[in-house]
Amino acid sequence: MATTETARIPSAAMQRQRRANMRRNMFYLALIVIGLVAPFLAYPVFLMKILCFALFACSFNLLLGYAGLLSFGHAAFLATGGYVTGYLLSSYPGITPEVGILIGTLAGVALGAVFGLLAIRRQGIYFAMVTLALAQLMFFFFIQAPFTGGEDGLHGVARGHFLGFISLNDNLSMYYFVFAVFLIGFAIIQRTVHSPFGQVLKAIRENEPRAVSLGYNVDAYKLLAFVISAGLAGLAGSTKTLVFQLASLTDAHWHMSGEVILMTLLGGVGTLLGPIMGAGIVVSLQHLLAQSPLGNWVNVILGLLFVVCVLSFRSGIVGELAKSYRKNFK
Amino acid sequence: MTLIKKALTTSIALATASAMAATAQANMSDNEVRIGYLADMSGTYRDLAGPGGLTAMEMAIEDFGGSVNDAPIVVFSADDRNSADVGANTVRGWVDQENVDMVGGLVASSVTIAVTKVIEESNGLALVSGSAASSITNEHCTPNHIHWVYDTYPLANGTAKAVVEQGGDTWFMLTADYAFGHALEGDVTKVVEENGGEIVGGVRHPFPTSDFSSYILQAQSSGAKIVGLANAGADTVNAITTASQFGVTQSGQQLAGLLIFLNDVHAMGLESTQNLLLTTGWYWDMDEQSREWAERYYERMERMPTMVQAGIYSSTMHYLKAVEEAGTDDPETVRAQMAEMPIEDFFARNGSIREDGRMIHDMYLAQVKTPEESTGEWDLYEILSTIPAEEAYRPLSESNCDLVQN
Repeated sequence: MATTETARIPSAAMQRQRRANMRRNMFYLALIVIGLVAPFLAYPVFLMKILCFALFACSFNLLLGYAGLLSFGHAAFLATGGYVTGYLLSSYPGITPEVGILIGTLAGVALGAVFGLLAIRRQGIYFAMVTLALAQLMFFFFIQAPFTGGEDGLHGVARGHFLGFISLNDNLSMYYFVFAVFLIGFAIIQRTVHSPFGQVLKAIRENEPRAVSLGYNVDAYKLLAFVISAGLAGLAGSTKTLVFQLASLTDAHWHMSGEVILMTLLGGVGTLLGPIMGAGIVVSLQHLLAQSPLGNWVNVILGLLFVVCVLSFRSGIVGELAKSYRKNFK
Repeated sequence: MTLIKKALTTSIALATASAMAATAQANMSDNEVRIGYLADMSGTYRDLAGPGGLTAMEMAIEDFGGSVNDAPIVVFSADDRNSADVGANTVRGWVDQENVDMVGGLVASSVTIAVTKVIEESNGLALVSGSAASSITNEHCTPNHIHWVYDTYPLANGTAKAVVEQGGDTWFMLTADYAFGHALEGDVTKVVEENGGEIVGGVRHPFPTSDFSSYILQAQSSGAKIVGLANAGADTVNAITTASQFGVTQSGQQLAGLLIFLNDVHAMGLESTQNLLLTTGWYWDMDEQSREWAERYYERMERMPTMVQAGIYSSTMHYLKAVEEAGTDDPETVRAQMAEMPIEDFFARNGSIREDGRMIHDMYLAQVKTPEESTGEWDLYEILSTIPAEEAYRPLSESNCDLVQN
């Protein structure tokens, strides 16, 4: 009797867990369906821009939200991915876009490893400053390097043919390609966060000395998280270059590192969907305001939004929604 | 039910009306001439082009009568935030969704090059007024855009030549350390040496720089008569302000600004910019018809127009005339028509469009007035001489543009 009783309790918990998992899967499925029909409702190039920045923000969030590391130099990875892919695709016409993106991503990974090795030795504001300094170094490198086109940027990157035969010049096929890339990137993040590795990262975020005392090699975990994040940012940059057919210094500027912080905080740091929401809001606002009479107030409005967000809903839009969901429905 | 009926009848009526209109102006796409205005509306170049450029464009459309052959003229405008991907994205949207016929404004060179690639792909038309890079009609030339107001070639060429001729034969170059600065420095060096001058020294500063004191001290100790500023925007402003604080001009050296605009001089004030030599494509107070237009502009914006803003009016007007003359807004036809008609208005003298997309016109060598000479807030330049159109711009024989047969 006692044995069946103890067996039933975990099974009830497991059932609850299974139900929650199913609900989550249904939710993701619904989002994927929305993503699939979206290009028929809105302008595909605009949606691709949102997806690229969403992936960028997600990669940043992996670091800030789950490892507690505020990188102020993420633009460097975005730009490196973008420039490498752009240079390869415009100089060597034989390279297919997926190979270009792959190499761009690897460049992000490599740079992430170098930055990470130098930066993770410090914490908090010092970590942010080291990453900012290194990113500025990359910015000046991109100004001077002959292959980037300096301040004019790298132009005329061919979208080419996916796998050699599917033309990406059509906006719709390009959209589905970008959507697939985004899903792969998001899946990597989702998997990372929910893996034992992700649990250790959260433990480090909550209390680093305790994680050390439990025997974890904290630096190795942080470095790996940094490299994954940098690689995904590189992936976002590579994809963005392919969409817009150009890579420019805007991507390497520290403003970009600031913008991704805004996106992540606005949407909800430490939530999986927050950065996507944040990227969507910031990109849409920039897009809408740029074409309205309020055009010259874009920066002011974004700044105000940031202040309001920090003052009144600190866990971001998705964070607040999740909180109220937990309060009212559980 | 009645509502549906009503909606149906209205839509049928509308469809008939638009079908009738379509037959009347068969050659205008969408029965409208759609113009996009893309410029920096909120950043560094806001005063150079920005909202003032939009006003200039609207003035051109009003002066033209608001429609071409009964097809109304519609303007879309957007802020490019000096970012190539925002600019390219906006224009792509305009072309794909709104079927925009022509894009004007276009300031930051990176944005312009990105936009002209999009325009070339969609076979549209862009009229570039704000950009400085001479590469826009050199290695980046396309059959789909025209560069209107100025570029670095006449600015460097005109200023350097005039300065050497006036006796400023020893130069110290203060160069922004990136491709644009290097190109400008190269152009100036060539002109100075060809005219018998000498470059006695130079220093390259990072881009951007806020503290110019060590560079200015080097310039002072070099003993050169002229300090050439091969940089732009905030860098030029900072360099000039620092030079004024260190008394460079008072100690007998002279500054030569290679890329400097009316709004910069106005912002810095005559105290620090006096006697600066520069080349400009237009100046509001240069003659009667320029003054007349500038006064009308002033009434709206309460600022005097820069050459870029005047150029936006001029290019829009010329475009509309070409559309009217050609009877269509098809970009290729209009581009050919524009090249056929000479450009002679308050802005451009002896203007014509070359096959590389460069609109050449007379340029002017100007000197900034001293505070004593100036009679008003906007009385800033004295025009010293005119540089004829053919001499001012890069000759086609030196062009790297694919459209030019060399």
